[in-house]
This record gives sequence, structure tokens and C-alpha cells, in this order.
Amino acid sequence: MSKIIVQGKAQGTVLKTTSPINFLGAVDKKTGVIRDEKYDIFKKSIKDTVLVFPHGIGSSVGAYTIYSLKSNQSAPIAMICQKADLTVASGCALANIPMIVVSNEEFDSIQNGNEISIDTKSEKILN
Amino acid sequence: MELTAEEKAALNGEHGETLQTAYRILVATGEATNAEKLVPIKWAHLSGVNYNTIGDSGEEFLRELSKDARVKVKATVNPMGIDFDHISEFKHIDDEFVQKQASIRDSYIRMGVEPTFSCTPYDIFDLPEKNTQVSFAESNAAIFANSLGGLKTNKESAFSALASAITGKSPYSDLRKDDITTPMTIRMKMDNPSELDFGMLGFFAGKVGDTSVNISGVSKPNRRSCKALCGGMGTSGTCAKFQFVDTEDEKSEKVDFGKEEMNEVFDELNTAEKGDIITLGSPQLSLEELSDLSKMLKGKSFQKRCMIFCSRAVQEQARSHNYTNEIERAGGEILSDCCTCLTPLIDTNETDAVTTNSIKGAYYLKNSTGVDVNLKPLAKIIEDETK
Repeated sequence: MSKIIVQGKAQGTVLKTTSPINFLGAVDKKTGVIRDEKYDIFKKSIKDTVLVFPHGIGSSVGAYTIYSLKSNQSAPIAMICQKADLTVASGCALANIPMIVVSNEEFDSIQNGNEISIDTKSEKILN
Repeated sequence: MELTAEEKAALNGEHGETLQTAYRILVATGEATNAEKLVPIKWAHLSGVNYNTIGDSGEEFLRELSKDARVKVKATVNPMGIDFDHISEFKHIDDEFVQKQASIRDSYIRMGVEPTFSCTPYDIFDLPEKNTQVSFAESNAAIFANSLGGLKTNKESAFSALASAITGKSPYSDLRKDDITTPMTIRMKMDNPSELDFGMLGFFAGKVGDTSVNISGVSKPNRRSCKALCGGMGTSGTCAKFQFVDTEDEKSEKVDFGKEEMNEVFDELNTAEKGDIITLGSPQLSLEELSDLSKMLKGKSFQKRCMIFCSRAVQEQARSHNYTNEIERAGGEILSDCCTCLTPLIDTNETDAVTTNSIKGAYYLKNSTGVDVNLKPLAKIIEDETK
């Protein structure tokens, strides 16, 4: 069962990590590249991906990083989380990035590299 | 989440773009935390002030927003990157930084916030009555407000607190409610803990705890230790509240914080045997802490550069009480409107390692500024670094 946090529609390739993301610090706000080597997606770019991760952690200013990514055209086209947190939810809301929360089973079933489409207005949100 | 007719109208853009954006943020954060409604708040404390962290996009966003947006409730703001009164002493800070930081400062002032530029609003203002709903984005301040101030806030994001400042409302969820369950008790096993130990306890609790934790085995810590605990906890996780308890709830999960756990935190954050400079204040120091420091420094002098961060309001009070005389005579540089965390005042071309007693400071020095950290309690810093 998916829960809509920010409305919208997107289609693209999944970039998935099982580590919670600290947007302030871990992500380069200009390029969208993960710059913290502790992540399994280190050196990968989140630009134009459907970013799948458990939830956000760290500084409340991480919301600005999400907004900056969007302004620099380096943001994911959608985000899918296991648990919603205020930093990611508010960052996506301001940046108009569709964001949903999915069940643990659904989260586990999404694989890196999958083609996925999200439509929060459709009956079946995730395809 | 249920909205009133008025709130729906604002969300649909009937009261302009600014309020529409603000309500869009509140609806997203409300959905994210399963809130049933919005409730009025009395005070918002905003993060997202330092040009170092919000960058050009943040500066532009605030400049645009401030043409129209005005805060509806008391609003205070976090530290900036620099102290404008001392900027000429830091030659490595370029003009662009100064200009962009000034623009951010002016945007917040235009929106009607109080120019506190402090991560310790609880040291500047009397707190409102117990159970008052507030919206604090600075994590140490949110934890202090919930745990020691009796106020109610979630660990807000920069944008959720900003939306709350503009609308005067926040989603009614999690720590704002009365029926909070606290399923974990951290058992403090260290005797006579210093403020550094409390910072490490907080960092550990933030990692293992969820929204709220109990802490047992602690007898009334002083304010410096309480602030260190709040700072450490806010840095490592999502936990935004603690309670000191005398008796352990039988049903709650117990986790010990002893020598082994402490060493693990210490080894994660302490990466140098000595520092090139010293920083004190993250969270920024209170009047009482400056008073203590001036007494500790009597007849002594720092043997290396020591930056001491406090809010402008506290610095002014400290000057009127003459606490600053002894500190400055000892070579301490008192800086305001900024803090150890994320300040570009620390010149990474000149500085390889920093000595501090702050766990929060250590985390950001290491992970954001990119320098090594030497951790010591204040008493030990004074002993080792002064003559």
C-alpha cells in the first residue's frame, strides 16, 4: 500500500540504496553525485533517477539541498521511501518532486535499475 | 489530514503563491507524520541561514520569498556562517561569501524574524508556558525545548519550520501529541560524567533511539552538560526528546551506555591527538558558561588560537557583566552570529585539526569542514592549552 506525500507523475530508472540518506553532506547539491564513500551508491548520480532509499537523516537543512538539486537540474524525478521524514517530505514539496512511501514488501521488491512509473492520481500508483 | 475551509483555500492558491507554497509543505509533512490536522504554534526557530549550507539556490529562494512573505508568529533564526564584525580578520573569506551571506541575513530580516542568529534560542528568551506548541528546526534546540523546556515540537526541517513561521501552524503529530510512547531506556553507566561524556551519551542515544528515549542513571546535570547532550543527540539521528528517569519502566527496552559504548563514539569522532586551534561553543555558549569560562581562565593564557562562539545577545550581556575581559585577555576570540558547525571561518588551508569539547561540533568539523578533531572536556582543554 503506497502513501502519497507529494503529488505528481514520473517515469524512470531506479537508483536504490538501503542506507538512509543525509542530504546535507552526502549529496553534491550542484551535480547530484553521492560524495560520501560510506554509501553503497558512492560516486553515482541521483540526477533524473527514481531514488529509492529508506528515509532521510541528519541536518534539517538537508531540505535546502533537495531544493538546490532541483534548481540545478540535478534532482531525482521522484523519491520512494520506506518511512517519511520531515526533511525529505518538505524538500520534495517545495521542489515539486513526487514522493511516496511504500510498505516494506514493496520496498524490498524494487530493484536497482528497474524501469518504474509513478502516478499519484492513478489507482495503481506504482507500475 | 483534515484541513479547514480556510486552509484548503490557501492550499488552492486563493491567498497567493507564498501561502500556497507554505501549505503545500505543511500538507506533505503532515502526511509524512500521519497528522490529523494543523494546530497553531507560538514560536518558530528557523534553520537554513548559513550560505555555506544553503548555497546560491537557497539565497535566491529566500530573496524571492522575502518580497512577499512575512512571519505570522515569533520567529528566530539559526547562526550564519560568519561574524560580520570580525570579517576583516579572516582574510580567506571571499567577498562573494560575505555578499551572499548578507543577502540571506537581509531576507530573513525582511520577513520579520528576530535577528538572533543563534542555535540556542532557549538561552536568549524566556520560554513560553509548558505544553506550548512551537516549531524548532535546529535539532539541539528542538530537543532542549521538548526535554528540558516542557514545550512541544517535532524535529522540524528548515522548510517545515519556515512554513510554520509564515502560517502560524504545524501538523499535529508525533511529539506534539500528549500520548507519546517511549519504548527505550538508556542506562548511563559512567560515573562523574563531563560535558564531553554527556555529548557522547547524546550521540549514542540519537543513534539507537527512535523518537523519544528515557535516560536513567544520571543525577541532575548542569546546563553545559544538558546542552552537550541535546547537541550530540540531534546530530546522530531522529530522536527529538529525552526524559531523565529514576526508576526504569519494566516494559521498556534497556540499552547500556558504558565504557565500551563511549569508546566507540569517541573513536568515531576523535581523529587527532592535538589540535592547531580550539573552538568552544556548539551549541553557542550561554551567559553562565561565559561566566564560568572567565573564572577558569583567571591568570591564564591560551597557547594557541581559541574561537569562542556565543549569540550576539549573550555577548552583549557578557560585556556588560565584564565576563569578556578575562576571556579576551587570555587570548580568546569571542565570535557571534555563527558557530563551530559549518563555519567557513576555520581556514582549512591553515588548520588540520581542531580541539573542542563539542560532539556536535566534532561531527560537522570532521564530516563537513573536513578537518581532524581532538576531543577533550573543557577542564582538560584549559589545563592542557593554557599557561
